[in-house]
Formats: sequence, structure tokens, C-alpha cells
Amino acid sequence: MSEQKPGWRELPKGAVSTKSSTEYETGDWGVEKPEIDYEKCTKCMFCHYFCPEGAIHVREDGYTEVDLRFCKGCGICAEECPVKCIAMVRKK
Amino acid sequence: MKDQILMGINGDEASAYATKQVNPDVVAAYPITPQTIIVEKYSEYVADGEVDTEYVAVESEHSALSSCVGAAAAGARAFTATAANGLALMWEITYIASSLRLPIVMAIANRALSGPINIHNDHSDTMGARDCGWIQIYCENSQEVYDASLAAWRIAEHLDVQLPVMVCLDGFTLSHTMENVMTLPDEVVKEFVGEREFITVKGHAGETEFRLNPEVPLTMGPLDLQDYYFEHKMQQVEAMEQALKAIPEIDAEYAKISGRKYELLHPYMMEDAEVALIGIGSTMGTVRYVVDQLRSEGVKAGLIKMRVFRPFPVEALIETVGDLPVLGILDKAASFGAPGGPLYEEVKTVFYDEDQRPLIKDFIYGLGGRDASPDLIRGMYEDLLEARKKGKISEKVSFVGVRQ
Repeated sequence: MSEQKPGWRELPKGAVSTKSSTEYETGDWGVEKPEIDYEKCTKCMFCHYFCPEGAIHVREDGYTEVDLRFCKGCGICAEECPVKCIAMVRKK
Repeated sequence: MKDQILMGINGDEASAYATKQVNPDVVAAYPITPQTIIVEKYSEYVADGEVDTEYVAVESEHSALSSCVGAAAAGARAFTATAANGLALMWEITYIASSLRLPIVMAIANRALSGPINIHNDHSDTMGARDCGWIQIYCENSQEVYDASLAAWRIAEHLDVQLPVMVCLDGFTLSHTMENVMTLPDEVVKEFVGEREFITVKGHAGETEFRLNPEVPLTMGPLDLQDYYFEHKMQQVEAMEQALKAIPEIDAEYAKISGRKYELLHPYMMEDAEVALIGIGSTMGTVRYVVDQLRSEGVKAGLIKMRVFRPFPVEALIETVGDLPVLGILDKAASFGAPGGPLYEEVKTVFYDEDQRPLIKDFIYGLGGRDASPDLIRGMYEDLLEARKKGKISEKVSFVGVRQ
């Protein structure tokens, strides 16, 4: 444990989180990551709604984009994509 | 001391009436014998507009306590009541309520746990829940139920404590038996319980009162693994130690308005006692009757009534027992496969390190509501006197009142 964590006297009571979930990056959990083929994408946004982590955002141009800092590589987006434009590829 | 009103009510009604005077924001409960009168009575108060409480008619005890957790987290005063199997169904949430430090008050009309199904009194339900992190106060009579049902809020919400409290009353013996109960005027109760106070915590969005508020959001009790869980448990350990200090302060304050002074444990005839029983709940009234009889016969008998079982009043117990030579434990719950009943194990643990310690014997009695008659209790004192004469306990744990 390199990071010094606070002791029980310092921590807030009631098991209150001291950090927001946006500071807790889970992107390194996954074995695979989604890659979107923008040639085939129809901007339906299913992947955005289905992503259980809220890690797929909608860009200004209407296409979606994966935030790899939070993507756990579950593959739900690829499964749900109606035009199969998302491929799960092994991380190197 | 304020003028009081004498009421003829049973233990359940005493709990409901005290709670009505407190007027909590939320009551979520599911009826179960012998607690039913509490929720029936309380729902009448709600229907008649005598309280401002939001009454949540839930479909199970698990939901009842879950609703209270949500309400208390939002900053409300939340009350529930249950017994036996209802408490068993709440099990999961009892630990969550205490670890989230939510000052919920719950009345328990103590009843034997199924199976076989039995609706009568023993302490198997709350003794089974003794490690769930709740403060436990046990009552001897309906007066104590009324008084504890008021003090419980102050104890639970004390800024150094912040823990849920169980007010335990023996099923039927107290819950359904009418007694004289002295009650305080509404305004006196209102002043005593005041408004719920909040601790300040530093969450991810900054410092704020410990309650859910969209302006300054908080996350309570999320995933807490090897790196934080232990620290949060230490905080609960410390809260119980703080409760041991806070309870006598609140009891002293309550004595000023009511004239009734409560202690962590109540000794009776202990100054010169040569034999004593320690126990919990309504049985102690019968034990006091037997002590008086024995005293009139010249036997130096005494008793210790344990009012607060969690936190366990270790120092007070050692002091009260003093140089008593022999002590019997009244356990109204069996712990199968254990060295003895729950109270026995804890009392013995307390005295292991003491140079001066009594001979200690466990009497497991009254399971499933089996009667604890004066004769049965007299037999225990005789047993203890015999042990004292011999200088040792021959049978460490006796099951008394059971057919052989």
C-alpha cells in the first residue's frame, strides 16, 4: 500500500465516502475494450444507454465515445449494438 | 419534577404512547405478536391526526427497517417495532442501520424464535441480535418501557453515540399486561427529546450535516473492502464506549423531570449480600419478591437487574458484585453448543481477570414462555447457597423448569 489512508479517528462516521466515484478509475479492470466502427455507426445511442458504468458519452456530432478511464470491458455495448459496429478487442 | 398523569396501560401501549409524545417523522412497521398493539395503537394516532408521522405500511419487517434506514439517512426521526421472527427477517438491515450510524429506535416485544412456533416470551430474539451493533435496553415493567422509549431517542442521537437503540419488553408479561404507568405531559417530553441533532461529516462534496441533502450530496456505506471496513468497525466499537458514558448523563437528566432514576444496572440488597442472581427483564420483579422472602428468613440474598446489555457495563458490574461469594446468572435464551447462555458467558468473561470473583453458575430458564415461579427462583438461590457451602459449582449450567 503506497497511498497513506486515513485512520479510523479521521474518517467520517457512517461509512461516508470521502471520494466521488469520478475519482475512482476502474478502466484498468477490463481484459477487453470496445472499439467503435464509425463507418457503420448509426448514432442510435443504444450503447450510451446500456453502458452500466455511464462510460459511453455522446459527442457533439451525435456519435458515441468510450471513456476508457471507467470502462470495465463488460461488452454489453457490443452485445446490444443493433448494427454490430462495436468490437471487443483484447487490450495489449 | 413535573406533574404526571397516571395511566392504566400495558407495555405495548406504553411504547406507543411514549412514541406518540415524541412524534417521530416516520414509523414503518409490520405487525407481529406480541408487538402488534404498538403498531395498531400508533396507526390509530396517525389516523386520528394526533401525530405528524408518516406511517409506512410495509409488506415485511425487512422493508420496515429498510424504510427506517432511508428515513433516518434523510434526517428523519424513524421508529419501528417488532418481535422474534420479525427481528430475524430484519437481520441484514440491523447491521446496516448501526454501521451507517442511524439513530433509529425500535421496540422489541421479546418472543421465542421459531421453531417450533411459539409466541411467548424469552430472549432468544434479541440475544441473537446482540452483535448487530445496536444499543439494547431491557425493561422490567411498563413504567420502564415508557421511560426507556423516551430516553432511547436521546441516547441514539447523542452526538458521541449515533447508534440505533432497541427497547426490549417481555412479550405478554409486559406487552399485554395492564399496569399503572406515570406519564409526563406532552410539552415536557417535547422539551426533553428536543429536535434531532446532526454530526458534521466531510463527504466528497465537502463538509455537511450527516443527512442526505441534494445541495451537498453524500454517499453512505458504499463498497468498503479490506482497506476501509475495519476502520468503520472501530468507529462502532468506540461509539459503544461513548454510549456507556452518555447513557448515565441522559438518565440523570431524565430523573430530574420524572423523578425516576435509571442505572446501567440496578442492584437490590447487594451491600451485604452473600448470594445473588443477575438477570434481565420482567423476571427480575419476581426475583425481588423472592429476595424479600429470603431476607425475612435471614438469608442475605440480593439481585442485580441488568437494564443495559449493549453496551455491556463492565465496570459497573465489577463494582456492584464486589466481594459477593456466589452469583447465579438468569439466561432466558439458550446458545446451542456454547459453554452457557449469553449473559453467563459475558459475566464470566468480565470476572476472569479479577482477583476477587464470585463462583458463577448459569440457570437457563423460561424458554418459550415457561413460567418462572417464585419457587423456581427460590430453588436457584438454594442451589447457589449449596455451592457456596461446598466452595465449588458442580453443575456449571443448569436448565431449570424443564421436564426430565
